Amino acid sequence: MDGEKEKVPAQVRTVNPLVPVPRGPIPTVPPESTRRTVRVTIDGREISVPEGTTLLEATRKAGKDTPTLCYLESLTPVNVCRICVVELEGSRALVPACSRKAEDGMVIRTDSERVRLSRRLILEFLASSVDVSTSPQIRSYLERYDAQPQRFGVPQSASEGRDAAHAGVHVVTDGSRAAAVAQPTKVDNELYVRDYGKCILCYKCVEACGVDAQNTFAIAVAGRGFDARISTEFAVPLPDSACVYCGNCIGVCPTGALMFVSEHNMRKAGTWDESRQSSTDTICPYCGVGCTLTLRVQDEKIVRVESPIENGVTHGNLCVKGRFGWQFVQIQDKNHNGSDAG
Amino acid sequence: MDAHYTKQHSSAAEKQAVDSVLGAPDSGWKGGTRSPERDGHSAVNGHARGSERHLLLPVLHAIQARLGWISPGALNYACQRLDVPPAEAYGVASFYGLFSVTPRPPCVLHVCDDIACMTRGGEELCGKLESQLGPPGSASLAGKVTWLRSPCLGLCERAPAALMSRAGEKPAEKVVAPASSGSLVSTLQSFAVATIKEPPDHFEASVSAPQLTHGDNSNLMLLRRIGRIDPASLDDYRAHGGYDALRRALDRGGSWVVREVSASRLVGRGGAAFPTGKKWDPSNKPRYLVCNADESEPGTFKDRVVMEADPFSVVEAMTIAGTALGCERAYLYVRGEYPLAGERLSHAITAARERGYLGNNILGRGVDFDIEIRHGAGAYICGEETALFNSIEGLRGEPRNKPPFPTQAGLFGKPTVINNVETLINLLLIVQEGGERYAALGTKGSTGPKLFCLSGHIRQPGVYEVPFGTTLRELIGLGGGVSGSGRLKAILLGGAAGSFLSPDELDTPLTFEGTRAVGASLGSGVVMLFDDTVDLRKILFRIAAFFRDESCGQCVPCRLGTVRQEESLQRLHHGGPIESVDVELSMLKEVGQVMRDASICGLGQTASSAVESALRRWQLF
Ligand SMILES: Cc1cc2nc3c(=O)[nH]c(=O)nc-3n(C[C@H](O)[C@H](O)[C@H](O)COP(=O)(O)O)c2cc1C
Ligand code: SF4
Ligand code: SF4
Ligand code: SF4
Ligand code: FES
Ligand code: FES
Repeated sequence: MDGEKEKVPAQVRTVNPLVPVPRGPIPTVPPESTRRTVRVTIDGREISVPEGTTLLEATRKAGKDTPTLCYLESLTPVNVCRICVVELEGSRALVPACSRKAEDGMVIRTDSERVRLSRRLILEFLASSVDVSTSPQIRSYLERYDAQPQRFGVPQSASEGRDAAHAGVHVVTDGSRAAAVAQPTKVDNELYVRDYGKCILCYKCVEACGVDAQNTFAIAVAGRGFDARISTEFAVPLPDSACVYCGNCIGVCPTGALMFVSEHNMRKAGTWDESRQSSTDTICPYCGVGCTLTLRVQDEKIVRVESPIENGVTHGNLCVKGRFGWQFVQIQDKNHNGSDAG
Repeated sequence: MDAHYTKQHSSAAEKQAVDSVLGAPDSGWKGGTRSPERDGHSAVNGHARGSERHLLLPVLHAIQARLGWISPGALNYACQRLDVPPAEAYGVASFYGLFSVTPRPPCVLHVCDDIACMTRGGEELCGKLESQLGPPGSASLAGKVTWLRSPCLGLCERAPAALMSRAGEKPAEKVVAPASSGSLVSTLQSFAVATIKEPPDHFEASVSAPQLTHGDNSNLMLLRRIGRIDPASLDDYRAHGGYDALRRALDRGGSWVVREVSASRLVGRGGAAFPTGKKWDPSNKPRYLVCNADESEPGTFKDRVVMEADPFSVVEAMTIAGTALGCERAYLYVRGEYPLAGERLSHAITAARERGYLGNNILGRGVDFDIEIRHGAGAYICGEETALFNSIEGLRGEPRNKPPFPTQAGLFGKPTVINNVETLINLLLIVQEGGERYAALGTKGSTGPKLFCLSGHIRQPGVYEVPFGTTLRELIGLGGGVSGSGRLKAILLGGAAGSFLSPDELDTPLTFEGTRAVGASLGSGVVMLFDDTVDLRKILFRIAAFFRDESCGQCVPCRLGTVRQEESLQRLHHGGPIESVDVELSMLKEVGQVMRDASICGLGQTASSAVESALRRWQLF
């Protein structure tokens, strides 16, 4: 070295963690009976709800069907899709019903011009940039709000580069094609595929993989802006990631971006036919927890496994065995002439 | 959580980079050597584990500075040390423009192609660089260097501006402004191989705050020390009235300070124009004070000038605020692209701490207060207060939904007061003069002095201090009048998130209420001039591109609205509107309204403001 005393490099900015900073306690919701009630007016009708109720619950109580995409009872609200926005008197912007708590005296409109415009545009934004073909929910909303996604032009075709996008950089186009998230499907394991060309970035899978259910943290949102995407670290394939194949992300995905390989293959082959499918509830045979499984069956074959979100044991979550460990049921064993060949 | 790390092993350099922030690992659990006696029967769990997440951003800076990119091996080791899942750390690293998660040459030249630089040859500069160094992002000069286009670097008074950074054992940064293509490439060549560390920039008061060289400048208050003191000398600062205000504040007590701030009717200078007195409600028991020095609004550079030339004033003002509000701890979040401001503030904090102006028992008065610096990493959105909290906490810089407001649940979930640099330095005046006298300056609705950032086609660009109520015309007069063709076409007020005014609105008084009356806002104090040779459409394209690049991507209205807005403008320009120009314009309007109505934060809510204000005033398409 040049004899100069080794200094802290300029960019290694001095950090001086004086005290470790603890997080606050998790706030608890008092039991319903001790909660005050608040009165809110929804589309002209006054209703009372317990304090702490979200506007979404309140609008539902008032008989309004408020659309949601990123909201799920079992997950912490992230309020990112904004489809649930409602008009709150006195507020400059619209407010997300799914996370905003009802307060005494609030006056809410759930179907005003502004609300409808926002919902319609949000649907148009999504459907013009994302393949929503396997999301019945979004397709019904599109109809309900008379959305015309094609008015933004023909969507761009699939691009390979989304995983490598650098924050804050994009290629400016002449606008003749509508930017889209279309990209090749990630098929890197035998259990489920990730088709992020269908991803609306609702954060549900990230939440299910993280603190809201699985605590595995295999996936997170990476990148920024339009290039934001669900990714493992450095976009490594799932087998190299922390994923334990619980499939809880699949369970919450509203668009079919995350899909069982069985379903993906059948759709590709054109044999997926919901009219020939039935669902059967059973109990997972593997361990003593006794999770409820909902088996989706087509032509006597299990094509998908879910668990009811309202189930008190699972809240919709399973482990790899319950979710995927059913192949044995379908092995055609010629030596075993069992009557339930299901 | 059972931590799963990637398979990559970490090299010595990768470990060094992380350890330079965290110190050596204390056990095998944290990536150190395993020692059965020490590690065999114990593990750190619970609160202590994961409580260091807030060091992720500083660690990423150290990795980027040492290696030139965030490599898998380094990230993996950082994750082990901090107990952060690699997918989440990658999500954070890939959020910031100054970090690269793919290999990149060690020396990077960021060239501003934003709107103020566009009026002073920024685009031509980029064109020339492209012919000399290849397209942005490509490696050149034997693989040592790459160059990138950058949004506003906050150096608009010295446009066109560039910033270079060098990674390695002796990392460094250097500002070149104004930049010309010839000198830029030769500076870059020598910078890429330099081994000694020079100051990253030189501050010149006559350039950045030209008012100081005008005849009568005795009435300046906020700028009074700029260029007159040695920014590295605490003694010099004190000789010019420094730390008198802190003494007075400590003498009078915290509740007196809070009352005076209320009486002063001080309004926040960060852009949202929120009354500081309301924010400063001691009954909230704020735990943290945060100084927002992330200044990234295109056209804004006032905070930089203050931090570079009078850094102790920021430290003193924070100390007054923190001690008055009863916060023990403050964070100063400085824009990553401000190397000189960062260095000078670090130095000022250290010097103040050594002399008893910070730390335990400040000035022997039995109060404790300290300041920690955090550096941004290239994300405009991190100036939004709640995104800034997330950034400090080691999360992605995504804004939070409000409520709860920072005063209820801010940094680390605790009640927090966050103020802009300029807001805070006004405290020095308020404490010295008293709130009532302070409020006598300016207008009824906008009290006190205000800093404006004049740039674009103005003879003497720079930071100007005037009392609120000065008209736009008077301010332009102070700056020597319109340059370029000399014929003014448009004024952008408030930055990219602000609005355009036309020359017949020059008598608008520069106050919160006066600008509101013409449908504009003061924003962060940007006043950018465009002469009649400027193609305003190109300015709109750049603004639209800026918002698309800087959207955090969290919410649909903004993530996609900014994209559709840019596409629509491009179609109008390239003569290919969908259906007709009218249909296209009405679509643009709808996109704007949804961004305003349904976005989570101010970025999306204002992303259409400048575009709409221009389309209202001129028929551009
Ligand atoms: C996208 C966005 C960027 C912002 N950037 C800054 C900034 O760089 N500096 C700043 O002081 N405030 C910025 N703000 C405003 C802050 O959210 C906040 O209002 C401010 O720091 C409060 O301080 P004040 O009351 O002293 O103005 C930004 C807001 C938004 C929505
Ligand atoms: S399958 Fe389970 S572990 Fe894997 S990404 Fe999905 S939620 Fe996470
Ligand atoms: S993959 Fe599915 S669950 Fe995950 S963000 Fe995308 S749409 Fe939502
Ligand atoms: S408005 Fe834009 S920047 Fe703000 S939260 Fe939404 S996507 Fe992020
Ligand atoms: S459902 Fe409320 S924002 Fe997505
Ligand atoms: S430094 Fe280039 S626009 Fe501000």
